[in-house]
Formats: sequence, structure tokens, C-alpha cells
Amino acid sequence: MSVIAAAAADFQAPDIDWGALAPVIAVLGAAVLGVILEALLPRRLRNVAQIGLALAALVVSLVLLSVLWAKPPVSVGTVGPAGAVGRLTQGMNLSIMVDRPALFLQASIVVVSLLAVLTMVERSRDADPFTPQGSAVPGSDFENASRQAGLVQTEVLPLLLLAVSGMMVFTAAGDLLTLFVALELLSLPLYILCGLARRRRLLSQEASLKYFLLGSFGSALFLFGAALLYGATATVNLAAMSQVLQSGAPLLVVTGVVLVLAGLLFKVGAVPFHAWTPDVYTGAPTPITGFMAAATKIAAFGALLRVLFYGLAPLQDTWQPVLVIVAVATMVVGSVVAIVQADIKRMLAYSSIAHAGFILTALVAVQEAGISSTLFYVLAYGFTTLGAFAVVALVRERDARNNITGEATHLSQWAGLGRRSPVLAGVFTLFMLAMAGIPLTSGFTAKFAVFSAAVSAGYAWLAVVGVVASAAAVFFYIRVIVLMYFSEPAADATTVVAGRPFTAAAVALGAVATILLGVVPAPVLELARTAATAPFGG
Amino acid sequence: MQSFPWLTTIGLVPLVGSAIVFALPGGLRHLARQIALVFSLVTLGLVIAMATQFDVSAAGTQQFTELYRWIPQFGVSYALGINGIGLTMVALSAVLVPICVLASWNIVETGDPAADDRRRVSFFALVLVLETMMVGVFAARDVFLFYVFFEAMLIPVYFLIGSFSGPNARYAAVKFMLYSLAGGLLMLVAVIGVYLQGPGGADGFLVDKLTGLDYSSAGIERWLFAGFFIAFAVKAPMWPVHTWLPDAAAQAPAGVSVLLVGVLDKVGTFGMITLVLPLFPQASRWAVPLVIVLSVISIVYGALLAIGQSDMMRLIAFTSVSHFGFITLGIFAMTSSAQAGATLYMVNHGFSTAAMFLIAGMMVLRRGSQRIGDFGGMQRATPLLAGTFLVAGMAGLALPGLSTFISEILVIVGTFSRYQAAAIIASVALVLSALYILLMYQRMMTGPVREPTRVLPDMNLREAWVVAPLIAVIVFLGFYPKPVLDVLNPAVATTMTQVGVEDPAPLTPLAADEGTNQ
Repeated sequence: MSVIAAAAADFQAPDIDWGALAPVIAVLGAAVLGVILEALLPRRLRNVAQIGLALAALVVSLVLLSVLWAKPPVSVGTVGPAGAVGRLTQGMNLSIMVDRPALFLQASIVVVSLLAVLTMVERSRDADPFTPQGSAVPGSDFENASRQAGLVQTEVLPLLLLAVSGMMVFTAAGDLLTLFVALELLSLPLYILCGLARRRRLLSQEASLKYFLLGSFGSALFLFGAALLYGATATVNLAAMSQVLQSGAPLLVVTGVVLVLAGLLFKVGAVPFHAWTPDVYTGAPTPITGFMAAATKIAAFGALLRVLFYGLAPLQDTWQPVLVIVAVATMVVGSVVAIVQADIKRMLAYSSIAHAGFILTALVAVQEAGISSTLFYVLAYGFTTLGAFAVVALVRERDARNNITGEATHLSQWAGLGRRSPVLAGVFTLFMLAMAGIPLTSGFTAKFAVFSAAVSAGYAWLAVVGVVASAAAVFFYIRVIVLMYFSEPAADATTVVAGRPFTAAAVALGAVATILLGVVPAPVLELARTAATAPFGG
Repeated sequence: MQSFPWLTTIGLVPLVGSAIVFALPGGLRHLARQIALVFSLVTLGLVIAMATQFDVSAAGTQQFTELYRWIPQFGVSYALGINGIGLTMVALSAVLVPICVLASWNIVETGDPAADDRRRVSFFALVLVLETMMVGVFAARDVFLFYVFFEAMLIPVYFLIGSFSGPNARYAAVKFMLYSLAGGLLMLVAVIGVYLQGPGGADGFLVDKLTGLDYSSAGIERWLFAGFFIAFAVKAPMWPVHTWLPDAAAQAPAGVSVLLVGVLDKVGTFGMITLVLPLFPQASRWAVPLVIVLSVISIVYGALLAIGQSDMMRLIAFTSVSHFGFITLGIFAMTSSAQAGATLYMVNHGFSTAAMFLIAGMMVLRRGSQRIGDFGGMQRATPLLAGTFLVAGMAGLALPGLSTFISEILVIVGTFSRYQAAAIIASVALVLSALYILLMYQRMMTGPVREPTRVLPDMNLREAWVVAPLIAVIVFLGFYPKPVLDVLNPAVATTMTQVGVEDPAPLTPLAADEGTNQ
């Protein structure tokens, strides 16, 4: 009793700036509310309610973020007890740092999540990308019955919102424990979502299991690294850690850094921690794949930026060579292996690996340009990749009775698409060109930004490796275009589903953003630069 | 300064035309080619109007300049302007596009009118987009902006080669794309590098800001030079990176080949003279021996391979490899007459190659084959086609009195004063050029009329309208090149100053006296 009383007397109530957390709370609150709605609402109302709730929460969050942007509340000043958790938004021991890079990244996550939600709202029978009952055994009578009953797994959107809130915290975490909690918060819902595909369910569940096992492995590495860093520096707080590390780094710290990096690079999908990406991207429901490729990448690079450029900044000489090697390996492996892929989702998965490599070249440039170019790249890539996966979800197979069935993901099924659906093929061509980095698309602006960051930091050879990898990558992007336009239409029935206004809207928004960020990138670049000029608590 | 934005307007008109063509509703699609022709003619009219405003006495300076900030974070401006060289290249594009539109009038004939119209819409829309890009690339006065047009141009060309062409079109289109992109992406690193060497800032990519830099080391300048030069050499195309051109030209429809070889490849040599030489003067001088050797190889190799071709489109493509060798030789010989000859050659080659490709295309359309051996006796069956082809061919072998003669002589004379050996070998190649043209003419046009060619119709009125202006220009510039040279010479002189070279002293005292008397 007295022990508890003493502990209670010692307990310092955390000083929390709720305003700074409001954007995250909006999303997290909506996620919790969504779970409650599942229990309270009748089945037929659930889908509409969830859609409305998710869209509203994301829009509110975006508005709050833009309000905060004008005057980010974080300030570095008073120093509390090192390692204390919970003192938000002020002091050296911040658990969450709502500074401009965090706001930029959070806004990016919310925007691409909005698009992702649009790709998930159409749930009529043949359109539904998700299984009617996640718990049903694939191929069982129960599954058939629930399909015939027209059930809809409406928990998808609350799970998505949970992941989004985890990502938002991930980009702003000021200590390694918050970072870990956020990592789990964003990962666990994704593990479930990956297993919910309507068709090829075994593949989907395998993807989910793989992602879960490897993801747990990555989390464990991260946690172990964090423990080693705590052992060496007696703090988990990034700010305090960077101060302690000024005075040199024992081997313990180096081991910790490598393990923490491994955990984060796993989420990024960098070589050699990329093995999960193709399987998971292929097996997951396509809208979820798009969401993962776009939003997870933003969040993971945000966290990498903060950990490396802020917490571990004194150890730059230690982690920079590691990052260089990883960047080269990621670019080369991603670009080269993508060439031999015959499945469009696998190809896009390897392409996302290659893009992770391109972004890593910016991280190697430890300076303002490195931060701003990373911020711009992840946003630009998010729009493009989300749009590309949304298009993939629209290209379907047809069975003998002309019913629309699963997605036509084999490349040969895309042959001649340009003749049959010129608009769709045109938009997909735009996304491919953007990923290839052709001027007047966002991909070029982004690539220019990261490569010029690398060159200005004295890593011209890394940029050369980058452009050579890009040239190799162009081959497989172009191959899709060749298939769509210059090949005779495939004999078997590939069809493009019509009447999906929300998905179409997501594709259109992605395309518009891809063009705008290529033709008039100055405003967004200015935002990224503003975020980078006074980063991390500045 | 901020007078009427001529260059932006000229660039926008075809783009608007392209948008209109593309947006045509189903019932009006058959009007695509008429609309494309009108817009390309309006563009031509605007270019002529602009040319009348051009101050020839100041042709060495940039005129019609426009300057706006575009991406200040990168140091990129939207900066346009043309000097004499730019003006002639813009004019060349503006003349050739309507001719190509007219020449491609009946492109895509499958027998299904609706499908044909649909594909023609994309063809003519792409040609107009390409014209916008061409104007942009020749007018850009910002290295980044130039690069954007340089790379973005690949997309319409890629589709034009790939979608409207022969059996191996896919292969040719992909080869073209990969060659160009590989060169272009390496150039990207050099583009970044040259900016970092320059003063930087919100307008640090302006060509004017990057001219006359003090590079931190000769090595860096040479690397940057290599980045730019390789991209332009691929484009030009120069031996040994020329192999995409014969494939592309043989597969693409004649109208596209004209734009490809006549205009787009000029971007390579245009970039050499307006970007590479001013931006990297020391490195350019350092690289002269290498470039001269490569040029001479291109000249001879292109000519020899042309002789051996059995496909006439490939043959014309190889003659272009040879001719581009002359152009790069002239540019890097670093004398004012050689450079003037090279820039004049860029114009003349555009017209003479256009005539060869288009007339050859007309014959291919009639006969259904590109093989030289499938023709014979065309002279009697189709005298107009054969006659104009002969004129175009003679221009290709630089017959005196036709436009290319003057430029070729200028290049050889200008080169001789510095690099005798190169000039002599290049002259020998003139003999080879007579061989490939005359052999082709002999096999296709002369001799007895062969059965399949007997019934072929001669040139119709539309085709005559395509060919007539080209022949007229070739003959006119052959006799009176002065207007073009007047525009080019000051621009060449500016370049020579920027590179820091002067013409070598004349070899004989007599010539020296003449020089002082002037």
C-alpha cells in the first residue's frame, strides 16, 4: 500500500499538448468509434457509416494539420528527467515531436490514405476486394454461405484508420519506445488486412502470415537494438541520446544502431530486408497493397529520417556507409529483379523496392536537401503508386459465363489494353512514366531532387548508380506500355470494370497529383523545404 | 524585354491543336488531319512573323527572351530565347511539320474507317505535341528546361514509332527509348553537377549563368562534358551509338522518320554547339581529337554501310549517320567556316533527308515493299517520283548547285585548315556518297520496267504539294544560302568566342594579304 502511495507521490503527470496531438486523435478516435459502430449498427448501415466516418476523420485530421503547420507547437527548451515518457511537445524528453517534418509527413499520410479509402469503399459483390468473412476457411461451405448472403467485412476501414494513426505517430516519435509502439500500431492492422483478399484467399493468408512472421522478426530486431542503445546511453529519448552519443560510440551502440536500422529498413522494404515485399504485395487485396506501398513508405522513411538525422546524428560516420551499401543494393536488386517479373503486382512490388533505394540515396546526403527531397519523394511516389494499384484493381478476368472474377494480374493479360480502354491505359501509362522518371511527371521532379541531394553531398557516384538503375528500370515500365499499346489484345477475356466512381476518383486524383507535381512542383517543394530548414524540434 | 511572347505562343499553338484533335468527338474524328494541318500552318505563319522581327544584325545574341521563375527551389527558370542557330532550327521544325502532316494524310489504312480515324487522331495529336517539344528544346535557355524537353520528347516519338509502323516496330521503339534514356539519364547527373559548379541560387540553371564557369578542376569539367556529350552523341547519332537509328527509321512511317532524322537528331548537334561548347570550353577543346576521329569514322562507316543496304529506309538512315559525322566534324573543327558549315548543314540536311524519306515513303506505299530489289524501271512508270527522288538524292551526295554542297564544302574547307587528314578522308567519303545514291537510283529507277511496277500511279497532287516546297528550298539554298548564313554566322562567332578559339592563320602569304586587305 505504502509502496503504491510512494509511487503515486512520485508520479509526474505528463504534460500533454492536446492541440498538437489533435490530428492523430481524430484518426485514432474515429478508429475506436468505428469498432464500436460495428457492434451497434445493423449490418446494412455499417458500410455507409464506416465510409463516412473514415473520410470525415481524415478530412478533419488534414484540416487540423494545416492549422498546426502555420505554427508548429513544438519547442526545444526545458529539460526534464531523461527518459521520462509522456511529456509531450516540450522539453528534451519529448515522446512525440510535432514539428514541421512530422506535420508534412502526417499530412502526406492522411492525403494518400484518403485516396486509399476511396479505393476501398465500393463493396458490391463483384467489386468487393475483401472477403465476406475473414474468419471463414477458404473454400469452406461457411465461406460460400457468407458470400451468398452478401456479407461485407466492414471492419476494414477501422483497421485502416488504426494503421494510419500508428503511421502518424511513427513519423513524430521522439523516443524509441514510442517509435516501437507506433510501429506495432501500424503493423498489426496491416497484418490482418493483408489476409482479407476475396479471391486467391490462400495466397492472401499466406501473405498475411509471412508479413506477420517477418514483421515480428523486424520488430524484435528493432526492440533489441533499442534495448542495446538504452543500455549504452541510459535513455530511449532521441534528443537525450544524441547528446550522450556526442562523446563517442562504444561497440554496444554500433550494434544497437545496426539493429534499429534493420528494423526500420524492414518496413521500408530495403535490400536485404525486402524478401517479404513481393509476396505480401501480391497476396494482399490490391487496395491494401496500394495503401501499404504508399503510406507505409511515407511513415517508415519519416521515422528513418528522425532516428538517423536527429537521434543518431552524432554517429553519422557509423551509419552512413551502411546506408550507402543498402541504397546501392536496393536500387540494383529492385530494378534488375523487376525486369523478369510476369505479374503486374510483383513487378510493382520490386519497383517499390527500387524506389526505396532511390530515396535512400537522399538519406545518405545528411543535410537540408536530403530531408526535403525525401519528403517530396515519398509524397510524389505515394500518389503514383496508389493510383497504379487502383488501376490494377480495375483490370479483371472474366469467366466462361461472362461474370467478372479476379484481377488479371498476369502481364500477358494486359496486352492490347490500350485499344480496348484507352483512357485507363493512358492513365496507367502516365503512372509508369512517372515511376520511370520521365520529365513533366512527379517522378522526374522527385528523382531530380534526391539525386541532386546526393551529388551535392559528394556522392555523385551514388547518383550515377541511381540513374543506371533507373535506366534498367525503364525497361520494365516501358514493357507494360508496349504490351498495352503495341500488342494484339489477349485472346482470353480481360475486362475493365466500369461504374466504380470512387476508385475512378482515386485514380484521377493520383493522376492529377502526378502531373501537377511534375509541372508545377514549386509550392510543394517549398513546403518540403520549409519543413527541412528547421527540422526536428526547430 | 517583355514584349510579345513569341516563343511561348509558337510552342502553345501546336499544343492547343493537339488537345483539340485529341478531344474530337467520335463523329468529327475524320477532321483530325485537317485540324492538325491548320494548326501546323498557323505555327509556321507565326514563325515567319517572328523571323521578320528577328534582328539579323544581332543574330549572335539571344532574342525574344522570356524569363519566369519555375522551380526556384531547384534553381530552375522558364527561360526562352533564340539566336541565329535557334531561329533556323525552329524554322526548320515549323516547315517540316506541316509537310509531314500532309505526307501522312492517309496513314493507317486498315479498311475500317472508324478505327482508322481513331488511330489517326492519336497520330496527329502526337505529331503536334512533338512540335511543341521541338520548339521548346530549341528555345530553352535554361539547362533544366532544355533537359525536360529533351527527355519528354521521347514519349511522343516512342509512340509514333511503336504504334504506326512496320513489323518490328516494337523492337525499334524500345531500342530507341532505351538508347535515348540511357544517354539522357547520365546527362541528368551532369545537369545536376553543372548546377552545383555554378553560382546556384533560384535561377542557377540559366545557360547564361553557367557559361564561362571556373570549374573546380579540369577533371570535373571533363566528366560533366562527357555526361552531356554522350547524350547528344546518342541523339545525333554518332558512331558507335548510332545503331538505334536505322531500326527506328526503317520501321517508322516516312513522316515520322522525317521528324526523327530531320529535326530530333538535330537536337543532338544543336545541344553540342549551343550547350556543350559554351558550358565546357576547356573540356571541349580537350576532346577535339577524339570527336574528330569519331566523326570521321561516322562519315566513312555510315557511307559504307549505306552502300550495302537492301532496304531503302535503312539506306537513307545510314546516309544520315554519315552526314551527322560531317556536322559534328564541323562543330568540333573549331573554325568559324566549319561551324557555319555545320550549322548550315543542320538546316540543309533536314530538307534533303525529308525529301528522300518522303519520296521513298510514297514509293513504298505504292509497291508495298521497302526492298530496293523490288523496284526497277520506276523512271518510266513514275517519272515525277523518280525525278524528284533524283534531285533529293543529288542533294544527299552534295551536288554543286544544291543546298548541301555549300555546307559540306564549308565543313571540309574549315576542317582542312586545322585537321588536314580528317578533311581528306571526309572528302573521300563524298565519292562513297555518290556510290550509294547512284547505285540505289540505278537499281530502282532505271532499266526496263518490271512487271509489278508498271501499273503504279505517279505522284498525286497532295504528294506534289509535299515535295515541291522541299525541292524549292533545296535548290534555292543551293544557289543563295546567304540569308541563312547571315543569321548563322554571328551566332557561330559568339560560340567561338565562348570556347575561346580563333581561326588559324591562313597557310599562304597571299591568303594572308587578302585577309588584311578586307
